[in-house]
Amino acid sequence: MRKFLLSGAALVAIGAFSAGTAEAKKLTLYCSPQEEWCQLMVTEFQKETGIKVAMTRKSSGETFAQIRAERDNPKGDVWWGGTGDPHLQAAEEGLTQEYNSPMLAELHDWAVRQHEAAKGRTVGIYAGALGFGFNTELLAEKGLPEPKCWADLIKPEFKGEVQMANPNSSGTAYTTLATIVQLFGEDEGFEFLKKLHMNINQYTKSGSAPIKAAARGETTVGIVFQHDAVTQKVAGFPIQVVSPCEGTGYEIGSMSIINGARNLEEAKMFYDFALRADVQEMARTVRAYQVPSNKNAAPPPEAPKLEDIKLIDYDFKTYGSSATRTRLLKKWDDEVNSLPR
Amino acid sequence: MRAKADASGLRREVGALLLLASAGFVLLPWYAQEEGFLSLIWLTEGWIDDPDYAPGLFQVLLHGRWWLAPLALLPLLALPALSRRRPRMEAGRWLILAGALTLAWLLFQGFAINHRGWAWSWLAALFGPLGDRQYGIGGGAVLLATAALFLLTQGIADRGAAKGDAFVVGGIGLVVASVALFIFFPILQVLESAFLDNDGAFAPMVFLAKFTDPKIWSLSCVTTGYRCGVAWNTVFLAVLTGAGTTLLGLAFALVVTRTSFRLKRVLRTLTVLPIITPPFVVGLAIILLFGRSGTVTQFVADFLGIAPGRWIYGLPGIWLAQMLAFTPIAFLVLIGVVEGVSPSLEEAAQTLRADSWTTFTTVSLPLMRPGLANAFLLGFIESMADFGNPLVLGGNYDVLSTEIFFAIVGAQNDPGRAAVLAIILLSFTLLAFWAQQRWVGRSSYTTVTGKGDAGRPLPLPRLVDVACRSAALPWAAFTLVIYAMILFGGFVEIWGRDHSFTLRHYIQAFSVTVGDYGLVWSGSAWNSFWTTIRIAALSAVPTAIIGLLTAWLLVRQNFTGKRLFEFGTMLSFAIPGTVIGVSYILAFNVPPIEITGTGIILIISFIFRNMPVGVRAGIAALSQLDPSLDEASLTLRASTWTTLRRILLPLLKPAMLAALVYAFVRAMTAVSAVVFLVSANYDLATNYILGRVENGDYGLAIAYSSVLILVMLLAIGLMQLLIGQRRLGRRETGRLMPVEQTA
Repeated sequence: MRKFLLSGAALVAIGAFSAGTAEAKKLTLYCSPQEEWCQLMVTEFQKETGIKVAMTRKSSGETFAQIRAERDNPKGDVWWGGTGDPHLQAAEEGLTQEYNSPMLAELHDWAVRQHEAAKGRTVGIYAGALGFGFNTELLAEKGLPEPKCWADLIKPEFKGEVQMANPNSSGTAYTTLATIVQLFGEDEGFEFLKKLHMNINQYTKSGSAPIKAAARGETTVGIVFQHDAVTQKVAGFPIQVVSPCEGTGYEIGSMSIINGARNLEEAKMFYDFALRADVQEMARTVRAYQVPSNKNAAPPPEAPKLEDIKLIDYDFKTYGSSATRTRLLKKWDDEVNSLPR
Repeated sequence: MRAKADASGLRREVGALLLLASAGFVLLPWYAQEEGFLSLIWLTEGWIDDPDYAPGLFQVLLHGRWWLAPLALLPLLALPALSRRRPRMEAGRWLILAGALTLAWLLFQGFAINHRGWAWSWLAALFGPLGDRQYGIGGGAVLLATAALFLLTQGIADRGAAKGDAFVVGGIGLVVASVALFIFFPILQVLESAFLDNDGAFAPMVFLAKFTDPKIWSLSCVTTGYRCGVAWNTVFLAVLTGAGTTLLGLAFALVVTRTSFRLKRVLRTLTVLPIITPPFVVGLAIILLFGRSGTVTQFVADFLGIAPGRWIYGLPGIWLAQMLAFTPIAFLVLIGVVEGVSPSLEEAAQTLRADSWTTFTTVSLPLMRPGLANAFLLGFIESMADFGNPLVLGGNYDVLSTEIFFAIVGAQNDPGRAAVLAIILLSFTLLAFWAQQRWVGRSSYTTVTGKGDAGRPLPLPRLVDVACRSAALPWAAFTLVIYAMILFGGFVEIWGRDHSFTLRHYIQAFSVTVGDYGLVWSGSAWNSFWTTIRIAALSAVPTAIIGLLTAWLLVRQNFTGKRLFEFGTMLSFAIPGTVIGVSYILAFNVPPIEITGTGIILIISFIFRNMPVGVRAGIAALSQLDPSLDEASLTLRASTWTTLRRILLPLLKPAMLAALVYAFVRAMTAVSAVVFLVSANYDLATNYILGRVENGDYGLAIAYSSVLILVMLLAIGLMQLLIGQRRLGRRETGRLMPVEQTA
């Protein structure tokens, strides 16, 4: 009986697959930076290897939530880009797996440190410093002084002129929150945030939205990563990028291979590909001005140079842990966001 | 086979169902495949030898999944019913037993054993660790379940339900089962997760704490400068939108039916636009007009010498966008009602010497009451469910739909809070339904009778005439301006700043390049574009079929529990899309039904979101058809199925086509439900547009939206062409179809 069934099945199979299709190589990519960059990576990788890439672009928060929801039955292979915190959290929860790429030797120290901090489960692919940008036209129109420091943003004349994202929904804004706390200490930091709250006209949902609003003249100042502000400036908007005088935090955009990836070989190929100098240099063609993690990759000339920025010693381990995160977010919600303006 | 069965005195229908059941258990793979059933990988890669691909029988025999064994035996309980000689009552008992027990065991084992082994701790405690696991059910299990369902309904029919008509009982069974599975089951999951803490333990106090959160219910904005709770924000906005769209929609309806206004056709065409407009674009156009640097704001600020402000962000902006989007829906509801008000009643009033004002306020307006209530309800629900406009224009005015979204994907990662908010949203909509039913009451509003209606509608009182025109016409012009801006926005460098002509947005979205391995569709929109068209087209057919089937059962059949049945089928209409999205993730991310990340989950969500459309279209069309047609057919001893197929379906063709196209269009513009359900291989256009809007990349979002509008216009044009050939039913479908509008 079984033999009979098997041969019947074989016949059907031959009929269905008379063309004899070989199983094509594929890769499922979760991508968190802007769409163009994601598309560029996909297209270039496909052109070079012929591996078919299925890519979803979702913000790092959305991607993290999805990988977590899928943990019992992972559907993705590589998570490329997006701020480092959720990558570290994913590594901590065992959602991603260790991989020691032969490319590691070519990377900057900060990228390798990210790799080591996560026990090899993630790696830095770019870095970007936090800061803000302002609309020069609006500033002149209002006759406001050029803001140079964090402290300038809480001056009363900037009331209703500053925009930042909501740290509950955006990783960028959480980095801002953690930066302020590390820079000024927790108590003083929250005092700062309360004063800043008086000047905020809107907490946006997405991290880079404030600078886009500033570009269109919907707000004067937007607190964002500096490379996002550069993007707007290069696009032709009247934006000036500021690196705050007190010093500032930064993000390490990261990449991880998902634990239980179904296409592990292809995932590793992509991982190595994404760390290559020539691939990282392509970012500027899609107006992404982060500092690349490969030492041989020339930083885009438009990008703010990390050497010129006063960077704080950002404690990724403490402020990336979910306990600190939950506590700070709740405190921010209760003590800052609920205040009247 | 048939002839043989007949000769041996066996019941064909029972035999066929048993064959179906065995095919499901013996031939088709029991579990779902990652590659999809149609890849046929289960045939080429092992079939019965592979524990992932083997059919149920071989799972028991070869792979040690003993818990499936009862499924081989339980359907056999139907064997006694195979004989024609057995009395129907007794045969029915066996069939019910076989169907119900098979279904029950299928469900029980599916929920008891999941991807981690035992799903319930008491089972593990009772039997020890299982040492095996099972994934989501596949083709074989679905076939067996379907067969078992129809064995059950056949049995119920044999015992005399619905005059013994197995087709009717089967139809009811099918609709009830699918509504239970794809509406009630997911909704219950939402309700449940609200009562769990982060570790999944039952914690009513956590629910209470989340439910009474002042961030939801605070009313402090009334007295102090603090912000109000998100629940009140939502209700306030929904009431404003409901009232506003109803009034404006009424003005439009009166202008079109009761005045001498010439360009009525233009007004009617305008009503189609918002239905086929992808989300967000209207909001963007409003920013460009009324934002701080918007054209109108700048002009007014210069004129009055004040500083331009951000007044549009928040309640005013959302409300304006919603008025633009939902007024046409109110119009489409009200135009039918206004046309339906019989002139003879108004003539009677005038004969009794009422002046035109008194006639309007005491006769015409009260007769429109059900329409007004319906329009308000639609506006209210649409506003509550709206996701795109608050996202773009919300500012700091939080509403439930966006809060639910960010409770799940935001840094707080709190599905429990999302569930609590979803419960609140759902209660508000149900409350609105109830209030509408109360207000309309049981009075008779029937004015369309079989008798010929002589006379022409009276002209409006002067005051009302002027008021309607001065409200409707500027608004129509405003709508046109908005849409002109949208079209324009796709062709300029930077919308709102650099207005030099460019095609770069279209090139970026829809370009094709050549790589080493052939054509690469490098345009960033292609992937989501084709997926959207495919998913929308695939979901349209089942939507129309299940909708019309339900309508036929409601109009032409009588059975106990009919009102409950009707409520169940309409329920999905009252549930906001965000809640549906959340509930589908919760319900279908784990076995036994594991379809997240597939195209199937999108198709299913569209079918059950848009089913009420098919139902309403079917009811409208069926009410036009004299029941004596089917009676004649039945008297000539045609079966119910033959009657439906040969008599009713050809006459229902226009309704069917309308339902098809409408389901297609709705699936293409839905956003709030699908943002949770899209995946790498199944990204949808609206999700892609959402990503662009979040990034401030308006040009591309608008270029893409313009293409989608064009595609949908083509689809609607095609429908007009096809239906246009049949005069019968055209007016009815055109008028009643768009009643079921919800985001």
